Parts: sequence; structure tokens; C-alpha cells
Amino acid sequence: MTAYLLRRLGTSIVIVVGISIFIFAMLHAIFPSPAITVLGARANTVLINAYNREHGFDKPVLVQYLHYMNGLVHGNLGYSYKLNQSVAQLFQERWARSAYLSGSALVLAILIAVPLGIYQAVKRNTLGDNAATTVAFVLYAMPDFFLYLIAIALFALAFPIFSYEASQSTSVPTVMLDWHAMTLPIVCLTLLNVAGYSRYMRSSAMDSLAQDYIKAARAKGLPERLVLLRHLLRNACLPMATLIGLSIPALLAGNVIAEYVFNYQGLGLLFINSLNNEDYPVLLAYTLVGAVLTVAGNLMADIALTVADPRIRLS
Amino acid sequence: MANIAPPLPPLDVTRAPEGGEVGPVQSGWRLAAREFVRNKLAVVGLAILAFFVLFCFGGPLVYHGNLLNTNLLGVNLAPGPGHPMGTDNLGFDVLAELMKGGQASLEVGFLAAAIGIVIGALYGAVAGLLGGIADAVLMRIVDVFLSVPILFVVLIVAVRYGASVLSLSLIIGAFTWLVPARLVRGEVLTLRVRDFVSAARAAGSGRWRLINRHLIPNALSVIIVNVTFNVADAILLVATLGFLGFGLHYPTFDWGDMLSNGIGYLQAGYWWQIYPAGVSIILVVMACNLIGDALRDSLDVRLRKR
Repeated sequence: MTAYLLRRLGTSIVIVVGISIFIFAMLHAIFPSPAITVLGARANTVLINAYNREHGFDKPVLVQYLHYMNGLVHGNLGYSYKLNQSVAQLFQERWARSAYLSGSALVLAILIAVPLGIYQAVKRNTLGDNAATTVAFVLYAMPDFFLYLIAIALFALAFPIFSYEASQSTSVPTVMLDWHAMTLPIVCLTLLNVAGYSRYMRSSAMDSLAQDYIKAARAKGLPERLVLLRHLLRNACLPMATLIGLSIPALLAGNVIAEYVFNYQGLGLLFINSLNNEDYPVLLAYTLVGAVLTVAGNLMADIALTVADPRIRLS
Repeated sequence: MANIAPPLPPLDVTRAPEGGEVGPVQSGWRLAAREFVRNKLAVVGLAILAFFVLFCFGGPLVYHGNLLNTNLLGVNLAPGPGHPMGTDNLGFDVLAELMKGGQASLEVGFLAAAIGIVIGALYGAVAGLLGGIADAVLMRIVDVFLSVPILFVVLIVAVRYGASVLSLSLIIGAFTWLVPARLVRGEVLTLRVRDFVSAARAAGSGRWRLINRHLIPNALSVIIVNVTFNVADAILLVATLGFLGFGLHYPTFDWGDMLSNGIGYLQAGYWWQIYPAGVSIILVVMACNLIGDALRDSLDVRLRKR
């Protein structure tokens, strides 16, 4: 098992290096130098060249890449010329707010999707199962922002129960307590996640239901509730580990759209603002962070599966 | 014993003997088509898609709404005579916009999916056929790309280059070939050890011919299923780009742009500027997913009921 995990870790590192090369090269091709952003649109060539020389933007791409990576390893994510702040500082101010939104939506989604999937598998093809499948199917086909718009139109404008804007506070505890402002974004994001998960959870629970150990558990006279709780639940949850690991890019992307619609001052909104400002150090750093999180998510999912599933652990 | 069994009507499942259906030999594609048509949801999906293609591309031939001249006296009109779906904040006709926006959404969806699938199928077939170290390297590259959050990358590239239907399709296609590449590689890995591939090799087929004439046609079912899901994803992605304001540039626009425009009037209650476009996106994406699910069921022999 250790050998497998070490090999898995090795590939992850290779992938992270590959990603950093790709993202750096891509952004370098699109925004070779921030000279014009910094000096203004009317800067002449002499000034631009001088700026590029001074800040190392005239060096070969490889040298620039190594320089950037060196900074990254030492915790320097670059410098935002537009906001006149280091990217690390920007991220530090905002990451907790994004993490709160994604994290609570993810936890709620798991808490809903797992029992829902088991319910659907047990009550297969009944009215409840079909209704849940249909709702999930529609949500799955819905652009994220359209769900947010409907939610705002219904629960913030037509029936003003909640706020149409997420909490604007900079203190995370205040944001957490502000249910009036945070309910809509969290619930919407949760619903979208449930739509993605419940499908897999249902089929995984259905697979597990057909296994011999379920028959054995039933045959020895265990009440159905305990069969489901003790024998089915743990086994049916295994694919969820992989799914959650794989859904990290979707979570990050979901955050971008949710934060944009609800004007929530997290990393996603920072990304959109940076796109509008052509603030490429922020874009580079955030895409890189997102990619590393994705790889880390996949790695952790594999480790979790290895620990949880003796069939993998012992082979 | 099959020869003396009375010939059964091929469509009657309930009367088929235990050992499987006995009937005239039919091609796999026709069997799949029959299975597909029997799936009611699939037919509904196909009908919805056909309706929207007809509506978006045929509609403008019969219905001429104002999309050119801003009409300040007729802005934000509710649906009524002359404007079956009302007007937007510039006085443009929403029904005509819905048709024109749908053209872009559908075009980008299908074009991006086609581009992605062509790249992915070729890439996967080459990787699977070469095997060994080349395969490992090629698939690690896929792993690298799969770990990049696609929305971020597409947004960054689209800001600079994504102004037209073609460029946007190229950008989306360039980042959606990964899953098809993986699927086709997996399929090719099982196909390449089959006898017909060895026979083709022995007959002197080169690698290109092998891929083109033998491997890809046999992996086609996997590819077709994936196309439909890719179309759905591409339409959603374009809508998202349009909504965030980084999509097509006027005079080309898509349903996402319309929603982005309408969001400002949510509070004013101009529902006709939001719901028609949103519901259209949902219906088309749902139709693609329904078709994809049904195709997967009908093309995968193992999932077939008999």
C-alpha cells in the first residue's frame, strides 16, 4: 500500500509541475508583460522596454518561469499591479469567505445526497424516486446563474425573506452568522452539488443493494434500518470519496459564478474583477491554486479510498 | 434448434424465447436505432432539439422582429400585440432575439463538441495504439489538462480571443477533448488485441489506416454518446461566458448574453427578458442529456434488455 501511495504522490507532483508550465506558458502568451497596464495605454516603446528590462520581462520564458516558481515555493504568489497589493495578501483576505461558501455547500450536499441516494435506491421507480431524479435532472441541465436568478426573484424580490446580496462583511464570523444574506447562495450551491452527486449515489447504492453481504445481513434477521445503516451506508459511500475529490474544480467554478451573482467578496469575485482589469498575476496565481487544489483533491480521494476499502488496501 | 422455431415478429419482446431473440439478422446500428426509438424520453429529447433547431434557424425566415434599430419609445414592453415576447431595454424584439441568440448557442455547442471529439478521438486512438511509454506520456498530458479548472482557463482565453462563434468554439473545443480522449483510448486498448485488427495489420495496414478505418469506427458508439454530453456542456459553458460578460461580441450574442442583459431588470419584474432565454437553455441541455442517456443505453449491448 505504501508503494502505491508513494507512486500516486509522485504522479501528482509531476502533474502539478506540468500544470504550472502549461498555465504559465498560456498566460505568458496572452499577457507577455504588464508594462502597458502599469505605464498606461499611451506609454511609448522606450518606456515599455525599460520597464520590461527592469522587471525581468525581457528574459526568456523559461527563466521567467523558474523565477516565478522560485517565488511560489517561498510563498510569493506575485504582485497585483492594479490593486497595488501582493497576491498572497489578496488571497489571505478572501480565501476564508470562499472556503466558507464552498465548504458549507459541500457538507450540506453530502448530508443530503447520501441519504437521498440510498432512499432512491431502496424505493426504486416509486413516485419519490422519480420525482427526485427529475428534479436533479433539471437542475443538472440548468446554468448555475439561472438558478441563482430564480432564487433571487422568488425569495428576495417576490417574497423578501432573504437578501439578494451575500454578506459584505470582512469578518468571517459575522458572515457565518448572517443567515439572512448567506442562505440563498449556500442553498443554491448545495442544490447544484446535490444534483451532481445524487445520481452517482443512487446507482452506487443500487449496486451495493444487490451484493451478497446485504442478503446475508437480511437473512440473519437484521431489521432493514440496521441493514441500511450498518452495511449499505459505508459501502455505498465509497464512490462519494472519488466524486468529492473530482468535484473540486466544479466547486471552484461554482464559486466564481455564485460570488459574481451574489456579489460575495471571495476569491471567485476577485478572479472576475481581475479578468476585467487584465490583472494577470492574480489570474495566474488563482488558476494555479485551483489546479493544485484539484490535484490535491484527487490525491486525497485516492488515499481516503485506500484507507476505507480493504479490497484496495490489501491488494 | 433455432431453425425450427417459428419466426417471431422482431419487435415483440414478451414472446421471445428464453435463449434470446430469433429473427432476421439485423445490423447493430439498426438494432440500436430501434432501441433508441423505443425510449420515450429519447424521442422527447430529439423532438425538443429538433424544435429548437427549427425555431432558431427557420424562425427568422418567417418572423421578422426588430433587432437593428433601438426604439426608445418601445423599451421594456411587456408581451403584447406586435411583440409576442415583449421588448428589451433597447426596444429589440425578445422573440427575434431568442431565435438569433439560439443560433449562436447551438452553433457553438455543436461546433465545440465536434472539435473536441475529433481531437479527443484521434488523440485517444493514437495513445491506445502506440501503447507503452508513448501512451503513458500522452495520458499524463491528459491528466495535466484535466486538473486545470476549465472555466478559469476558458475565461482567460475568451477574454482575449473569444469574440466570434468560431473562435469561441475553438477555445471550448480545445479544452473539452480530454474525456473523449480517455474513453476512446480505453476502447482502443480493448480493440487492438482483437483478431480483426491483427488481420488488418497482417494485410499491411499502416497506423493511420488502422486508426481511421478500423479503430475509430468501432469506438464510434462511445464517441457518439460523448458528443451529446459535450454539446450540452458547451452550451452551458457559452451561456456562462455570455452571462459573465466574456462571451460573444455584439451583433452576435447568445442566450447567456440575453440573461446577462435581463438581470438588471429582475427587480423591475421584466420576466420576459429572463425566463424565455433561461428556459430555452435548460430545455436544449436537457434534450442533449436525454439523447445521450438513451444513446448510451441503446448502443451498449450489455445494457440492452435482451
